[in-house]
This record gives sequence, structure tokens and C-alpha cells, in this order.
Amino acid sequence: MMEIGIHHYLAVSAIIFTIGIFGIFVNRKNVVIVLMSVELILLSVNINFVAFSAHLNDLTGQVFALFILTVAAAEAAVGLAILVVYFRNRGDISVDHINMMKG
Amino acid sequence: MEIGTVLPAIAFYLFASTACICALMVVIARNPVRSVLFLIMTFFSAAALFVMLGAEFLALLLVIVYVGAVAVLFLFVVMMLDVDFVELKQGFAQYLPLGGLLAFVLTVELIVLGTTFRLPENFSAQVPIEQGVSNIEAFGLVLYTDFAFFFEAAGLILLVAMIGAIMLTLSRKKGVKRQNVSDQVARTPKDGLEVLDVKPGEGLS
Repeated sequence: MMEIGIHHYLAVSAIIFTIGIFGIFVNRKNVVIVLMSVELILLSVNINFVAFSAHLNDLTGQVFALFILTVAAAEAAVGLAILVVYFRNRGDISVDHINMMKG
Repeated sequence: MEIGTVLPAIAFYLFASTACICALMVVIARNPVRSVLFLIMTFFSAAALFVMLGAEFLALLLVIVYVGAVAVLFLFVVMMLDVDFVELKQGFAQYLPLGGLLAFVLTVELIVLGTTFRLPENFSAQVPIEQGVSNIEAFGLVLYTDFAFFFEAAGLILLVAMIGAIMLTLSRKKGVKRQNVSDQVARTPKDGLEVLDVKPGEGLS
């Protein structure tokens, strides 16, 4: 218990990942929380990468985590922009009617 | 038990439990503003975990980019959207049993997978972390050389995302009078002034 190894970090990452999945499942009326859940999932993936990078003594994992961070930031920006346009058109942010974006 | 092994363990469990609890609060909080604040707390705890793993640069990047930019962007959007907070949680109880069951099964599976997993014995690092070289220096040495193409691709992704976000949210409203500089500059005294012959007592119709 007291010796913190890679398995502890993998467990934390697994818990945060599933909380992200759970958040996507239960929040049917709020796209903002769904986007935040996606951020949580990406964060858990980053924890995995950094844990493996530290324990395998290889910097590549951290570089990859840096690029994941970049893509996550871009994804948040575009997602929130789509959300703002959706709210402007519909007046709410429910997931149920989001298929109206098919046009 | 030695203090040298207990202290990191205490720190790890503190940050890990904070991260997990705050992550759970993100998805179950009633108020979206609170969700964003818990998200910020989750990122801070994850940054502390990164520091414990020796990834100081990524930890600071997480605080600066995520807490400073992305989470604040979320906060702006949540505050900008004028939505009913009670309505947002409808359907939560309906999907809670199935979602909770799936999440539980997935957590157990992932933790079992993570704890039974063994690191490869003969692993040769592609970019070994050297002692005596600081984390950010090691990053700088490989980011612009070995990973230069990936770095440029990341920049391109950010550019495309920026253009996309601007194009999506930029709205040109019809019926709004805007200043047209070229029309104003091209205006001559001949266009601007009209001399009419007004008959006395009639006026202009």
C-alpha cells in the first residue's frame, strides 16, 4: 500500500476515465457537462501516459501527453463554439435534439 | 516504517482522492458553474500527481493551459448561456442505474487490468530521461528536433481550431447599419449635395 508504483496511477486514471464515461451517460440535458466529461477522459489518458513515461524512463510519453493537451484544448474551443451556435438556434443545450445539426 | 516512503504515499493518496472526488462532483453537480470549479480542482490535483511523477513541465502546462484557459473558457460559456439549472438535471435519475452499473463494471475491469499488468523486462527507451537534465530542458531538446513535425502539426491543429471557432461564432446580423469606409471616402461633393428648386408654399413631398 505504501509503495506507490505505476499500478496506483493506473487505478486513479481508470477511476477518472470511468467517471468521464458515467458523466456522458447521465447528463442528457447538458452538453457542457458532456464536454467536461470528455476533458476528464483526456486527463485520465494523460495520467496514464505520464505514469508509463516515468516508470519506463522514457520521455516520449510526456511528449505525447503534451500533444494530447494541445488537441484537447482545440477540441474544447471548437466544441464550445458549436455549443454557443446551438444555443443561439435552439435556446437550450439538451443532447436530445442535437441531431438537428444534421441540417 | 520510514518517513521517506510514508510521505509520498500520503501525498499520493491525498491528491488522488481529491482528483477522483472532484471528478465525480463535476458530473453530478447540479449547478454547471460548480462543475467547472470542480473541474479546475481536478486539474490541480492531476498537476500535483504529475509533479510527483517527475513531469514538472506538463504539470505547469496543465495549470496554465487548462486552469488558465480551457476551464475559464468553460466558465465564460456557462455564464453566457442563460439556461434553467433545474431543467438541466432531468433524466439524471433515469440513466443513473444503467450508467452507474456500466461505470462500476468498467472501473473494476480497468483496475484489474492495471494491477495485473507487468511492465516489459527488456524495454529500451526511445528518448531516455537522463539524470541531471531538467524536465523542461529534456523537452526542449527533443520537441524541436525529433518531434518537429508533430509540433508543427499541433500548431496547424490549433490554427484550424481557432479559425473554426471564430467562423462558427461570428454572426453577421442583417439590418444592422455598418460603416463602409470605401463608400465614405469615395463620396464627392456632387453626390453629397443636391440642389432642388423648391416652389414657394409647396415644400418637398
